Amino acid sequence: MTGLRLAAVLLAVFAASFALAQGDPRRSGYREMGPALQKMQDDDAANPAMLFVQAGAAAWAEKAAAGKSCADCHGDATASMKGVAARYPAFSAEAGKPIDLEGRINLCRTTHQQAEALAPESDGLLALSAYVALQSRGQPIAPPDDARLSNLRAEGAELYKRRQGQLNLSCANCHDDHAGRKLAGATIPQGHPTGYPIYRLEWQALGSLKRRLRNCVIGMRAEPWSYDAADYLALESFLMQRAKGMAMDAPGVRP
Amino acid sequence: MANVLVNAPKTAKKGEIVEIKALIMHVMETGYRPGTNGRIIPRNIIGDFTATWNGREIFRMKMSPAIAANPFVSFAAIASESGTIAFRWSGDEGFVAEHQVSITVT
Repeated sequence: MTGLRLAAVLLAVFAASFALAQGDPRRSGYREMGPALQKMQDDDAANPAMLFVQAGAAAWAEKAAAGKSCADCHGDATASMKGVAARYPAFSAEAGKPIDLEGRINLCRTTHQQAEALAPESDGLLALSAYVALQSRGQPIAPPDDARLSNLRAEGAELYKRRQGQLNLSCANCHDDHAGRKLAGATIPQGHPTGYPIYRLEWQALGSLKRRLRNCVIGMRAEPWSYDAADYLALESFLMQRAKGMAMDAPGVRP
Repeated sequence: MANVLVNAPKTAKKGEIVEIKALIMHVMETGYRPGTNGRIIPRNIIGDFTATWNGREIFRMKMSPAIAANPFVSFAAIASESGTIAFRWSGDEGFVAEHQVSITVT
């Protein structure tokens, strides 16, 4: 009897210390990758996303139609853009609605630079967002404490749990219920947007969080939304809130 | 000018083995894939990559359609003398990219 009780106490102590040692149960996609891919991401000479960062740095200094470059207003990105990517999506008073980082870049282009908006997933937009996102490397994800975003986040949370497509799956079915397990040969990550834009080896290209979400939606055999759909913004806002405090590792490499 | 990232040490001791890494932005289109219109997208790859140290060839590589986009090449060389390491990529559709770095050998 005492033996059993002792075992129960020991088990409880073990469980508690295990939970403590685990700390935050959230894991970024980086931690689910093998050491070879982690090394590829960590080495700026091997991470192919750094090619886009280099192009982004050049675009940062390039003067647009109105004779203004990003640098003319924002100065040195390594200082002015630190932590910025970790805050988006945010509510923009200028636009009168919530926007994500790509939306912010394009808003700057159309208003301050009087240039054309960059197309979604275009190399130009990806390069600039990769350059800006790099400045937040290591910074904790810090979604703004803004009541104007709460509706959007709630919408995103609902969307995350909503079953859709011919396979009748929700995001939560994989990324909450089965995270860490295998889908075919690949480990299912928890789906925290810490590294976007990512260089995905399967794409052989850099891609935004929207592209990643589209991929999942197509995988569920649902109809993907168009790039300007508000659904992405809702999901992005929810996911950033869900990953609050996790360190950014953009631009990431993912399988 | 093509988008190139080369990483090589700026200084080395004579006789030291140095690691040189070269990354270049390129689609490496295989020539086997149909485009959205159903027609085959013509092959567009980098065919040759060479590195020279003060004009002397130290590394040469022939690339094939099976190599992924934005090819990354890493190789080692023995630091013999100070000077310039020059890289050259050439391929389909008249593609040529060149880049150089300087290295001081003591």
